[in-house]
Amino acid sequence: MIDVGTYIEHFINWLTANFSGFFDGVNYGMTNFIGGVEAFWVWMPFYVTIALMAGLAFWRAGIGNGFLTLLGLLFIYAMGYWDQTMQTFALVLSSTVLALALGIPLGIWSARSQTANRIIRPILDFMQTMPAFVYLIPAVLFFGLGTVPGAFATIIFAMPPVVRLTSLGIQQVPEDIVEATKAFGATSRQLLLKVQVPLAMPSILAGVNQTIMMALSMVVIASMIGAKGLGEIVLQGISQLRIGMGFEGGLAVVLLAIILDRITQHLGKSK
Amino acid sequence: MTKILIEDLYLIFGKHREKALKQSREGKSKAEVLSSTGCTVAVTNASLNIEEGEIFVIMGLSGSGKSTLLRCINRLIEPTAGKILVNNQDITRSTDKELLNIRRKEFAMVFQHFGLLPHRTVLSNVAFGLEIQGIPKEEREQKARETIALVGLEGYEDMKVSELSGGMQQRVGLARGLANDPEVLLMDEAFSALDPLIRNQMQDELLILQEKMQKTIVFITHDLDEAIKLGDRIAIMKDGEIVQVGTSEDILTAPADDYVKSFVEKVERGKIVTASSVMFEKPTVARLKKDGPEVVIRKMRDAGLKTIPVIRTNRTFIGFVQLEDVIEAKKKGAKSIEEIVNTEVHSVYPDTTVEDMLPILTETDLPIPVVNEENFLLGLVSQTSIIVEMTGKDKEEIQGIIQNAIDL
Ligand SMILES: Nc1ncnc2c1ncn2[C@@H]1O[C@H](COP(=O)(O)OP(=O)(O)OP(=O)(O)O)[C@@H](O)[C@H]1O
Ligand SMILES: [Mg+2]
Repeated sequence: MIDVGTYIEHFINWLTANFSGFFDGVNYGMTNFIGGVEAFWVWMPFYVTIALMAGLAFWRAGIGNGFLTLLGLLFIYAMGYWDQTMQTFALVLSSTVLALALGIPLGIWSARSQTANRIIRPILDFMQTMPAFVYLIPAVLFFGLGTVPGAFATIIFAMPPVVRLTSLGIQQVPEDIVEATKAFGATSRQLLLKVQVPLAMPSILAGVNQTIMMALSMVVIASMIGAKGLGEIVLQGISQLRIGMGFEGGLAVVLLAIILDRITQHLGKSK
Repeated sequence: MTKILIEDLYLIFGKHREKALKQSREGKSKAEVLSSTGCTVAVTNASLNIEEGEIFVIMGLSGSGKSTLLRCINRLIEPTAGKILVNNQDITRSTDKELLNIRRKEFAMVFQHFGLLPHRTVLSNVAFGLEIQGIPKEEREQKARETIALVGLEGYEDMKVSELSGGMQQRVGLARGLANDPEVLLMDEAFSALDPLIRNQMQDELLILQEKMQKTIVFITHDLDEAIKLGDRIAIMKDGEIVQVGTSEDILTAPADDYVKSFVEKVERGKIVTASSVMFEKPTVARLKKDGPEVVIRKMRDAGLKTIPVIRTNRTFIGFVQLEDVIEAKKKGAKSIEEIVNTEVHSVYPDTTVEDMLPILTETDLPIPVVNEENFLLGLVSQTSIIVEMTGKDKEEIQGIIQNAIDL
């Protein structure tokens, strides 16, 4: 019998023991970052937030989605879950930003280097098929309980689609356009910024959209290790068998998901 | 002056290049090298000189290595062995930085499928090469506008290239190349994706532009008609090898081997050879007012002809006279040949192709007069010389072609 579990435990313990300084640093940075984002959205009066989001939806995604956003957010407010929704939103937003900051460069790298691609691809497969709950354990070991490990698990879980779709988008740029760009004496950086990324943009934005959706679903699960927000409501509903409350929390998540999906789906499309 | 000199160039795709290179150097064929090493020999033992200001055409069947050879010239593909001298400088040894500079200043490339940026406007596509060089927006757009005018696309500056037709897109591609003011234009089947009418028009325009610009152009095609029309010199490639280099005349008249011959036969010579090149000049003529029947008979006897053309004293062509008619006229005591000139004759211009003269053969047994715009007689094309021009074809085949021409 191979006791894989023991090895993993040893490995994680070794990491926590030897890199505690690193994890503390990351913890500190993320606490401040997420805390700041969260404080901002909780501080912002609800009507301003609703007006901003509805306006954005109206501008990018049309009149129907504008109304949907307006009504959806008003409904959440009316249910009395505004603060939790903003906490969840802030966590999704900051996790997504970090996931993109890591994922897009990884995607670009794997599109441009065979070797990188060969290493990154199986890791992505692993990350995507591993049940989401499993990420909670190392997250807790590295960062303790709270919002930061929640965000950490969320980032790991939500990153694969944007890596994949960025890489795919860049690989799909027609070879003759790449060749033409090189023939005019473009540097590798010019090729990337002037040609590959702009042409891969629709694909990258599809990745961003999927990453946001996955982050939202993970943020709820992350409430099990103390992440604040709508997940807490759902979790309370379950543990106290208060079906109505659980359902309300779930409904707020669904509404937030639909709104974010509609807005981000249309971000890349020019009007 | 030699602009580009290629010496013993080899390009091999695949893993075991060294082994494949050795075999290719020993003279093994592309197929042999492929089966023993798994490597594709795209270019083998290529040596060429391309002169400044000429249009140099590289021609060959699909897979013969034309594109690969072209991409070696600006090192989009690294040659496996050999030298490429541009302005006497071996670019296979240039550093990356020098190479970027050479690509920016020396070369521009035009592609079969255009390779334009679909998300940008015509203007910013044309300015792209200058943008890469870091030239300020205003200056590069100014230059781009001038070049757009040069290729006849004024008014389309702000359109997205994806909204343009193929022909217009290739004009954008050409303008993008010219905007850089390169020394050398590399054109890889630049007109092959266009429909025949547009293609012809683009060829004409390229020739007109070239008259003004005097760039060095390396043009790839697999179409001999195009090669002949554009090329000052033509190189023919087969399985990675350059089998012949020469003017179109050289290649048509003295194909180096059966491969080239098969190429040449595929083009219909009738489409290329014109009246001016097959006519005989200064034929024996009868002058309408001056020569009476007696003189005409004498002239015909001296030349051994039964029919000769008739002209006015200012050389304008009128028609033909036949020996028996002249003899008849003489018997009747006529003093002039005016009455007996057959004026219902089809004449052609010097640039009329042999193919276009075929239908005339069926209407008459007379030679075909070649005249200029003022109807001056320049020469005659005999029926046999037309038949000779359709080389490789026997009389029956020619009869078939004639029949087709009539049916059309
Ligand atoms: N990237 C590549 N990898 C491996 N083999 C290649 C590659 N590119 C071209 N080849 C091979 O090299 C040979 C020459 O190809 P090349 O594209 O230069 O031909 P071509 O004359 O331009 O043909 P076409 O008229 O079809 O464009 C062919 O046998 C082709 O299969
Ligand atoms: Mg080609």
